[in-house]
Amino acid sequence: MKWARVAYAGAVHAAQPHTLEDGGAGVRLTDGRTVAEDAVVWLPPIEPGTIIALGLNYAERARELAFAKQAEPLVFLKGPNALLGHRGFTRRPADVKFMHYECELAVIIGATARGVRRSEALAHVAGYSIANDYAIRDYLENWYRPNLRVKNRDGATVLGPYLVEAADVPDPGNLALRTYVNGRLTQAGSTREMLNDVPSLIEYLSSFMTLSSGDVILTGTPEGAVNVNVGDEVVCEIDGLGRLHNTIAGDALFHRDGAR
Amino acid sequence: MDVPPYGLSGTVYGALLNHRSALEALGTSLSAPPYGAAPRAPVLYIKPRNTLLSCSAPVRVPRGVAELEVGATLGVVIGRPACRLDEGTALESIAGYLIVNDVSIPHLPYYRPSIPQKARDGFCPLSSTVVPRARIANPDRLGIRVFIDGELRASANTDALVRPVARLLADVTEFMTLAAGDVLAVGVAAPAPRVRAGQRARIEIEGLGVLENPFVEEGA
Repeated sequence: MKWARVAYAGAVHAAQPHTLEDGGAGVRLTDGRTVAEDAVVWLPPIEPGTIIALGLNYAERARELAFAKQAEPLVFLKGPNALLGHRGFTRRPADVKFMHYECELAVIIGATARGVRRSEALAHVAGYSIANDYAIRDYLENWYRPNLRVKNRDGATVLGPYLVEAADVPDPGNLALRTYVNGRLTQAGSTREMLNDVPSLIEYLSSFMTLSSGDVILTGTPEGAVNVNVGDEVVCEIDGLGRLHNTIAGDALFHRDGAR
Repeated sequence: MDVPPYGLSGTVYGALLNHRSALEALGTSLSAPPYGAAPRAPVLYIKPRNTLLSCSAPVRVPRGVAELEVGATLGVVIGRPACRLDEGTALESIAGYLIVNDVSIPHLPYYRPSIPQKARDGFCPLSSTVVPRARIANPDRLGIRVFIDGELRASANTDALVRPVARLLADVTEFMTLAAGDVLAVGVAAPAPRVRAGQRARIEIEGLGVLENPFVEEGA
């Protein structure tokens, strides 16, 4: 099953995909109401605990950035301020030259995991979602890189539209990922190409930190992350999980003067 | 917490190299590879929820690790949504203060995020009481002392922050919103004292009381 979290008519609801009578895309709220997909506000499908992200977890991506394979997985953490739902707006500061999307398989933990072996790892997964984890390369510094100013910006980690239950994703290690900018395919890859696959990541992380229900692992992005500009519509797609929409907005929307 | 927001959110951020002694300890390596240049923006890290520990609870020293660093620092507890704060009024967004022990496995360099060194279970003891903002006249002038098994091992003051509290809040909230109940640890002084399994670390911060935890062998 697929679960979204949406705001509609004064409340936050759990919702599932639903085709409307006119054939349009919609959702069915748990109270039975059916609503067009653009009539709700899409929130991230879960309120996450710890948000864990991987860098350089695809061989071609590491090569693209001219990094050798990491001795250990490159892990960083994010705060809840970064999350944004489907169909939201992400700010691109006026002074930057290189801001790119990253289409990623998001793994949502469903059961406490500590010292879990690879063979048992997937039993600790509640489900999967799509993440678009933007980065602004202009702000990279070589201190705890990627630093939070690059990777933990407000509303720059898009998550959704749905949490797809693990039972409906038999092989998270064989999912095609694609990103489209204004309808043009700019990034394509497969979770087959991960250097550390989902079971390995759960084994590695749970070897030193307890993972709890609601924690999220963003598993990295394949090559093909290109610059996006104000007004661009960015769609990240993963087989079986759906399509995650986001629009790049400028400083004016946020009443910023463009400085910094 | 007896002031709004009456509880912590569970998100704890820390500022690396925000005590002048920590920056100075790196000396000329600041501008050498792999860094290339001293930090410009605040360098932040996150102590996730699995690291949070109460006063008096034991911190487990991982197998194969001889010593841990005791990262004694002032923690600022945010009282209301804090986005794009102005330095002049930033302190008004603070609910109160507590003591943070940002425990780490000693590590260098600081090139990649040190998650296995800083995000282990129980690696972030917090003092049990949030002292309301009004009770602390000046967060940029607080003495910090660290005792290992009762012996004074380090002494520092928040008057040596690279970015004083208000400046740090302004620079951080320029790119990320802090929520009510978030904690921002403002910076650990160098050298951070080391502690072994079997010892106790006690941190005192002026006006904030005491945070004391025993350190034990993992599996013990």
